[in-house]
Amino acid sequence: VFTFILKFQHDHKVSLPMEQVIVAMQDPDLGIKMKNQRLLITVIPHAMTGNDIVEWLMKKYSIMEEEALHVGDLLVRHGYIYPLKEPRNLVLRPDESPYRFQTPYFWSSQQWPASELDYAIYLTKKNIRKQGQLIDYEKENYNLLHKRINHTWDFVVMQAKEQLRASKQRRKADRIVLECQEQAYWLINRPPPGAFDIREHGPERRNRLTSRVQLVRLHSFIIHQKKIHDRTFIKYSEQYFSHDPMMHGCPPSNPWITDDITHWALNTNTVSTPTKLRVERWSFRFMELLSDPLGRLKFMEYLEKEFSAENLCFWEACEDIRHGENSRIPQKVQEVYKQFLAPGASKWVNVDSKTMEKTLEGLRRPNRFVMDDAQMHIYFLMKKDSYPRYLKSDLYKNLLVKAIAPQETKRSVFPFMRRHRHSSPNPALVAQALEEDGKAKRLGSPRITSPATSP
Amino acid sequence: MLRGSSAVAIDNERNKHPSDVIAAASAARARRSGRVGLATASRSTSDPHPAEMATHELHPNDTLTTLKMESENLKAKLEEERAKLHDVELHQVAEKIEALGQFVMKTRRTLKGHGNKVLCMDWCKDKRRIVSSSQDGKVIVWDAFTTNKEHAVTMPCTWVMACAYAPSGCAVACGGLDNKCSVYPLSLDKNENLAAKKKSVAMHTNYLSACSFTNSDMQILTSSGDGTCALWDVESGQLLQSFHGHGADVLCLDLAPSETGNTFVSGGCDKKANVWDMRSGQCIQSFETHESDINSVRYYPSGDAFASGSDDATCRLYDLRADREVAIYSKESIIFGASSVDFSLSGRLLFGGYNDYTINVWDVLKGNRVSILFGHENRVSTLRVSPDGTAFCSGSWDHTLRIWA
Repeated sequence: VFTFILKFQHDHKVSLPMEQVIVAMQDPDLGIKMKNQRLLITVIPHAMTGNDIVEWLMKKYSIMEEEALHVGDLLVRHGYIYPLKEPRNLVLRPDESPYRFQTPYFWSSQQWPASELDYAIYLTKKNIRKQGQLIDYEKENYNLLHKRINHTWDFVVMQAKEQLRASKQRRKADRIVLECQEQAYWLINRPPPGAFDIREHGPERRNRLTSRVQLVRLHSFIIHQKKIHDRTFIKYSEQYFSHDPMMHGCPPSNPWITDDITHWALNTNTVSTPTKLRVERWSFRFMELLSDPLGRLKFMEYLEKEFSAENLCFWEACEDIRHGENSRIPQKVQEVYKQFLAPGASKWVNVDSKTMEKTLEGLRRPNRFVMDDAQMHIYFLMKKDSYPRYLKSDLYKNLLVKAIAPQETKRSVFPFMRRHRHSSPNPALVAQALEEDGKAKRLGSPRITSPATSP
Repeated sequence: MLRGSSAVAIDNERNKHPSDVIAAASAARARRSGRVGLATASRSTSDPHPAEMATHELHPNDTLTTLKMESENLKAKLEEERAKLHDVELHQVAEKIEALGQFVMKTRRTLKGHGNKVLCMDWCKDKRRIVSSSQDGKVIVWDAFTTNKEHAVTMPCTWVMACAYAPSGCAVACGGLDNKCSVYPLSLDKNENLAAKKKSVAMHTNYLSACSFTNSDMQILTSSGDGTCALWDVESGQLLQSFHGHGADVLCLDLAPSETGNTFVSGGCDKKANVWDMRSGQCIQSFETHESDINSVRYYPSGDAFASGSDDATCRLYDLRADREVAIYSKESIIFGASSVDFSLSGRLLFGGYNDYTINVWDVLKGNRVSILFGHENRVSTLRVSPDGTAFCSGSWDHTLRIWA
């Protein structure tokens, strides 16, 4: 595998794939067929129309017109193609307007910095060539430069005059082309105020931190035969297909589309009768059941009947330690030990001796992860034993039978009638109210229902 | 560029053929960087297995160059080993499943209110509220359903590149060029100045690129331009764990939805996506197949894989158990980088926001593009699917956010 990596500075990262497109467009056999284009009375060679560009892109990349126009427009905005008519306006017109490829010399990926000196020479040339041809912002820039690099102004004027003299000796067509090229270049590198600036890339990123060599830790690369896992993605996506609102619709309707929030109202955490899809989902995997506050509540009810609710309580308490404040860890760990692990504890959980030993050892220096092994042991206990039995239980089967299965409503007959969009209480407001009532436990704990409480 | 050159010399330069220019520039740069192609040559008969080579001790004579070459060799061998065991791509296995039909998604809400580029957004667990942050330092909380703004904070810095909604819905975290991550409790008292209750949690030595609460309001995970990720205790601001291993700016992160909930993935300017163990701080898996900065990483809903979006104009899927890349989502007409990615609820669709202002929708299993969405008028910088999968939100440099469904 031979990987040839081109080291561009961050500024020019976008350019390489764009350049590949541009090069392909100019391919003598498969590229755009260039012709002479008439610009008023002058004939410009090696040019193409806006239509040519769009059609070529559509054919080459098998894309629709809208996308081709979009891509072509970006090529113009980034200065790889410039218009001959209205050269100040770097846009792609899908008509007979003439365009030409920018010379690679002026590509934005080239590392030449667009220096103040070069810009000064360019503006001076324009000024000399036609007095008053400079636009407002250009006039301002010209004056600023004149002040800033005044010491080299003689050189600037000399270069400008020299270049103008040389250009006068060219044919008119060449002169127009070169002027357009240069103008396009400067429109990109010194954009008018308020105009789209392609050079803007956000805060600078560094690609390599000093010369630290990272020798990869390889002990973890135990490579198993993994062919069987290919089907896991297919199976997962199939299982969740009818639960994915974007794939399968959303009973009764997607609130964002119809402005009807019934779907959300039917799926809150405090709803008395959950929907069919929701109850079904609890059977997909144990984590689905646990991460739905309502699912967890129902599961707890079942466990209480089985006299094994302490397992879930223990698991929740461990989550609280893991994700709670640092300062409360020692206290919480003590409480958990007393309630669940100590001999004769009121909610004693059955942890194997090896794990118990390890946990007790860790209790001497309580940290966030001290309960991890015990928690995992109990988690898998529930997963392998209580969970499958729950799914076969009458409690669960009843839920499924009683579950709501709203009909998918058809699109409204009068799509222009916009429903009133009901607001919902801000979770922060709900929390504040609860706290004021003095009823709230510490917020953020997994025991508290999450703020999915739309009316 | 033009300094001192004669007008004729300029003409000659300008008339060069484009492909010659690219080739010459490439060669020049390659020479300058001293980069050698990954070694396929120099293979002795008794090559040590990659795992053995790792225990090779550093000798005082090891120069930087030799170490780098050895690192490259190790990587190449690793790829070989991986490839030997697994020659089937995801889309080949998915050949027999039905293709997706016509796909119609439209903008259902447009949120206007930011005065500058939107850089980041996150959903509230209530499925309808969002927080967004922008270049001018503004952080806004919206009820995206009604499009009402509910809270606004002005940060003391520009380029707020990271923001996150707390699981309880009672706070938001944000940061950017201030190198910090701060938590703002959301108060509904109109007279209260949110900035007054601000809590500074994370401190990095370079810009904050991403942040996320873990399962509670009490811990925050951050990534930074200083090349590290870190886990913080919100209450005390204490650093709980730091994660070193990226060779350059870290740009993104995502927490794993796994049963044990102890890992996360990060992506950076070193083109690597690293999977970390939150307990030990160790990098347990690393993937380097992208050709440029990784701007976004997101776990597949089951937690068995993750997707990435990069400046190399591709999105990729990495299978964690097979320990390799299993799909590339790319198209020749897509020539700008992907800035952010997210999955639909079932994981069948991957949405990518790109720097060419579009959103491309990919069939994760079959690998083809299902749809292209136009609408934004500048780069799409951030994209997240809502918690119940009913919609996704995109934020753009065109100052707006859009909800699509």
